[in-house]
Amino acid sequence: MKNNVETLIGNALNGDRASIGRLLTYIERSPEIASKILSIIIQEKGGGHVIGVTGIPGSGKSTLISRLISHYKNSGLRVAVVAIDPTSPLSRGALLGDRIRMQEHATDPRVFIRSVPTRGVKGGLSFSGVAMIEVFDRLGFDKIIVESIGVGQTDIDIMNLAHTILVVTAPGLGDEIQALKAGIMEIGDIYVLNKSDKPEANRTYAYLDFALETGEIGSEKIKWKPRLVKTSAVMGQGIEDLVDIIEEHLQFIKKSGIYQEKIRVRRRYMVRLLAEKLFLETLENLSDSIEPTGKNIYEEAVQLLKETLSQFD
Amino acid sequence: MGGATNLLDLIKKTRNRRIKVLIAKLGLDGHDRGAKVVARALKDAGLEVIYTGIRQTPEQVVETAIQEDVDVIGVSILSGAHIPLMTKLMRLLRERGLGDIPVFLGGTIPLPDIPKLKELGIRNIFLPGTPLRDIIKETLEAALERSRE
Amino acid sequence: MAKLYNDKSLKEIEERIKIWEKETLPKSLSRFPERMDEFSTLSNIKIKRLYTPLDVKDMDYMEKLGFPGEYPYTRGIHATMYRGRIWTMRMFSGYGSAEDTNKRLKFLIEHGETGLSLAFDYPTLVGIDADDPMASGEVGVCGVSVSSLEDMEIIFDGINMGEITTNMTINPPAPVLLAMYVATAEKQGVPYERIGGTTQNDPLKEFIAQKSYVFPPEPAVKVAMDVVEWSVKNLPKWNPISISGYHIREAGSTAVQELAFTIANGIEYVRHLINRGMNVDDFAHRLSFFFDAHINFFEEIAKFRAARRMWAKIMKEWFNAKKERSMWLRFHTQTAGVSLTAQQPYNNIIRTTIEALAAVLGGTQSLHTNSLDEPFRVPSEFAAKIALRTQQIIAYETGVADTVDPLAGSYYVEWLTDKMEEEAWRYIERIEMMGGMTEAVKRGYPQREVTEASFRFQREVEEGKRYIVGVNIFVEKEDEEIRNVPLLDINQKEIEERQKKRLKRLREKRDKSRWEASLNKLHKAAERGENIMPYVLEAVKSYATLGEIMGTLKEVYGVWVEPPIY
Repeated sequence: MKNNVETLIGNALNGDRASIGRLLTYIERSPEIASKILSIIIQEKGGGHVIGVTGIPGSGKSTLISRLISHYKNSGLRVAVVAIDPTSPLSRGALLGDRIRMQEHATDPRVFIRSVPTRGVKGGLSFSGVAMIEVFDRLGFDKIIVESIGVGQTDIDIMNLAHTILVVTAPGLGDEIQALKAGIMEIGDIYVLNKSDKPEANRTYAYLDFALETGEIGSEKIKWKPRLVKTSAVMGQGIEDLVDIIEEHLQFIKKSGIYQEKIRVRRRYMVRLLAEKLFLETLENLSDSIEPTGKNIYEEAVQLLKETLSQFD
Repeated sequence: MGGATNLLDLIKKTRNRRIKVLIAKLGLDGHDRGAKVVARALKDAGLEVIYTGIRQTPEQVVETAIQEDVDVIGVSILSGAHIPLMTKLMRLLRERGLGDIPVFLGGTIPLPDIPKLKELGIRNIFLPGTPLRDIIKETLEAALERSRE
Repeated sequence: MAKLYNDKSLKEIEERIKIWEKETLPKSLSRFPERMDEFSTLSNIKIKRLYTPLDVKDMDYMEKLGFPGEYPYTRGIHATMYRGRIWTMRMFSGYGSAEDTNKRLKFLIEHGETGLSLAFDYPTLVGIDADDPMASGEVGVCGVSVSSLEDMEIIFDGINMGEITTNMTINPPAPVLLAMYVATAEKQGVPYERIGGTTQNDPLKEFIAQKSYVFPPEPAVKVAMDVVEWSVKNLPKWNPISISGYHIREAGSTAVQELAFTIANGIEYVRHLINRGMNVDDFAHRLSFFFDAHINFFEEIAKFRAARRMWAKIMKEWFNAKKERSMWLRFHTQTAGVSLTAQQPYNNIIRTTIEALAAVLGGTQSLHTNSLDEPFRVPSEFAAKIALRTQQIIAYETGVADTVDPLAGSYYVEWLTDKMEEEAWRYIERIEMMGGMTEAVKRGYPQREVTEASFRFQREVEEGKRYIVGVNIFVEKEDEEIRNVPLLDINQKEIEERQKKRLKRLREKRDKSRWEASLNKLHKAAERGENIMPYVLEAVKSYATLGEIMGTLKEVYGVWVEPPIY
C-alpha cells in the first residue's frame, strides 16, 4: 500500500486524473491511508484559493459555479470543485446530483469535480470533505470551489474554512432570506444576487443593499466590507464583475493575513473532525456491547468514555 | 423468496463499505424515468449514486467515472443509438485504464443486439420490466467482485 | 336544476342498500373473500365495491353533462361524434434519411392516408445538426433527420403540400421546422391559406417530462407563443400547438397529474397570448391537446371526460371566451408506450386494444395505437399494421362508435369523472398559487410530483401490489415470443454519413452573405423581444441550418440545465 500511495501521489502531481480520483477515494475510505497521503502531500507548495459557495436552494448556485469554472479555465487556471450533498441517514445511501449543472466541464483537463456525501456525520461536515480540499490545494489547483447545500450549521462550518465566502440569493426568495438571516446570511464576504434579470430583482437588490449597509447581514466581517454583486448565471451576465471582486477579496486577505489564518482553521478542522470520527465510531461499536444496569448511568457513561479512549492507547 | 433473502445478505455485507455507482444517461433522449427510479432504488439500498443528468457523451461519462472513482457504471439509453454509443464508451474506458469497471446497460434494446453488446464487455443488459431487486442485486455483486480482485 | 333522482327514490335506495349490506353481502364475502383489502386506480383513487345512484345523487345533469356539442362538452365536442365521422387514425411515421421518409410518405398517400405525421430523430428534436459531435450514433434512428431546408424539400418532393396535412412532433425547434415546412410549400406554389397541419410546440411539458428542452422556461414559452401568434395570423389551417399530457404520463405521472398539469400548461399559454394583446376568441380554437390512454380503463375514460368539462369552464369563466369553438378541448390520443412490456411482447396488442377502446369511449378526435415491438425499437411495418387494424376493428366491428358517449350515466364513470376533476383542480390551485406553470416548473414542483409518482408505481409493482402480466405475474422463464419478434432494420451509419456529406455541400454552396445577414437579423430581433418567426423564415430560406438557427437563439436566450430532482 505504501508504495502504491507514493506512486499514486506522484502520478496525481503529474496531473493523472485517475490517480487523483483514487487518492480521494482513499481519503474517504481509510483514515490511516488518508493520514499517510496527507503527510506526503502536505510538503507540496499549495497556494490555492478556496472559494465557498452557499445559498438558498433555488438560487442557481450550481449554474453560477459552472460560469465561474468557465471563466477560470479560460484564464488558464486549474479548478477543483468539491460538491457536498446530504446523505440519507436511514439507508446511508446518497444521491449526488450537484454535478448535473457542471457536466459541460467534465471533460476539461483543467477541471476536476468530486461529489462528497455528508455521510450521516453529525453537523454534516466530514473529515474527508476537508481533507479533499487540502489535497486539491497541494495538487496545485488554483481555485478550489466548495459547494454546499445551503442550510444549517454544516454550511457555516464548511464556509468558515473557505478563503472567500459567496452567499448566493435570488429575487423572489424573500421569505427564505429572512429565514436564513440568523445563519449563513451573516458570513458572506460577497453576496451574489443571481437571476438578476428578473423584474423583481431591483427590489431584492435594494433590500440586500440596505441590509448590508446597516450591518443586518454580513456583520461577521470586521476588516472587509462585504460586497453585493448582481449576476444572471443562465445568461452569463455579471460574472466578470463577480470574478473581479473575488480577486479583490483574495488580495485583501493575503495582505491582512486572513489567507494564512484560514489554512490554519482548515488544519484544525481536519484534525478535530478526524478525532470526532474516530471517537464516535469507536463509541458506537462499544456501546452496542455494553449492558448498563441503569443504577448509575453517569458512572456507566464515564466508564464507556474511558473504554472508548483506551482503544486508542 | 430465495432471491430476496440473498439480496438482504448482500445489502448487509456491503453496508459498511461505500459503493459508488455512476448512473448516466448517454445520448440525446430525455427519457430519464428509468434512470431516476434505478438511482433512487440504489440509494435506498445504501449506495452512493452519482447521477449525471441527461444528454451525456461517452467522454463525459468516462471522465465522470474517473473523477468520482466509481465502482460500477449503469447506463440508460432509450434512443436506439446504443450500439455506437456503447462501443465508444467501452473503448474509452479501456483506453483510460478503467476496463475493469463493471458496466450495465438499461433501456429499449432489441434482443438481436444483446450478444453484440455483451461482446463489448457489458456485464448485463436490463430490459423494460426488469425488477429493481435484480438490478440492485447485480450491482452489489459486481461491486463486491471488483473489490475482491 | 336537472337532478337525476328525487328524494323519495334516493331514500328507498339508501334503505335497500343497508339491507343488502346486512343480508346479501356477508354471505358472499364469507364464501369469496375479496382479492385485496383495498382497490384503487392508478391515481390511487380508492374504488368502492359498488356504485349506485347515491354516488351521483347531487349531480345536475345539465350542469355536469349536458348534450354533446354543447357546453360543458362532457359528452363530446360534436353532436353526433363517431356516427358522423370516425376519429382520425393518425399513425406516427418517419425514419432514416429524408429520402427514406419521402418514400414512406408516398407509400402512405398511395394507400389513402391524407394526414401525415412526422417523427424526427433526436438531434433534430434537440435542435442540433446531423454533423454535430453530440449527434453521433443518433442520426436517423428514432425518426427522420432534418438539418436544413434542403432535407424538408426532399421529404416533400413530389407530394402536393396543398392537399395533405402534416403533424410535426417537434418542440423547442418548432419555429425552425415550421418555417422549413412553410418555405417548402411556398416553393411548391401552395398559398398560406392551404398549408395545414400541427406542430407540437408545447415547451412546458418538456421541463416536466420529455426533457428535450433547449432554452430556459421563460424564453421557451415566449418562442412557442411566437409560433402560435404568427400561425394564427398567417396560417389559418395550422394547429400551432398540441398541449401534451402524453409525455407527462409516460414519465410516470398519475392520470390525475396528467390531467392537471396539461390543463395548467394550457392556462399558462392562454394567459401569455392574452398578455400579448390577442383576443382569446381569435386563437383559442387553434389550441389542441394530446393525451395518453393508459391501461386502467375506466379512469382513462373519466379523465378524458373531465378534461373537456374543465377546459370549457376555464375558457368560458376564466378567460371570457365567447365562441363555442374556443371552449372545445380537441385532443389526439396515443396508447401508453410505457404500459408495453418486453416480456411476451404479443400481449402488447391486447394492452393497446384496451387502451384504444378507452380513448374512443372518452371521445378522442384522433388516435395513434402503439405497435407491439415498441419496447425494442421503431415499429416494423408488420407490427404497425396490426396496430392500425386494431383501430379499424374498434371503429367498424364492435359497435362502440354507434352512439355518443355510451358510458354516460354509469354511476361509477360519473363518480370517477367528478373525482378526477376534483383532484385535478386541487393541483391547479397549487400551481396558480405559485404563479402559474412557468414558475412551478422553475421550482421543480411538477417534476418532483411526477418523479415521486413513478417511483411509487414501480415500488407497487415490485411489492406485487400492482400486476403486470409477464413481468410479476404469469411470468415465463424461457420467453420464446420475445425472440421471434421481427424488427425493423436501419442502416444508421450510412444515413449519418449521407447526412453529413449533404450538410458539408450545403455549407459550401449557399449564399454566404445572405446567410450571415439572416442570422444577424434573427439575433437582433430576438434581443429586441420581437416575434422571431419572420426572421427564422428568412434564415431557413437562406439555408441556415437548424443547429445554426438554434445556436443563434441560444446566445440570446441561454440554455436550460435541469436542477437535480429525484
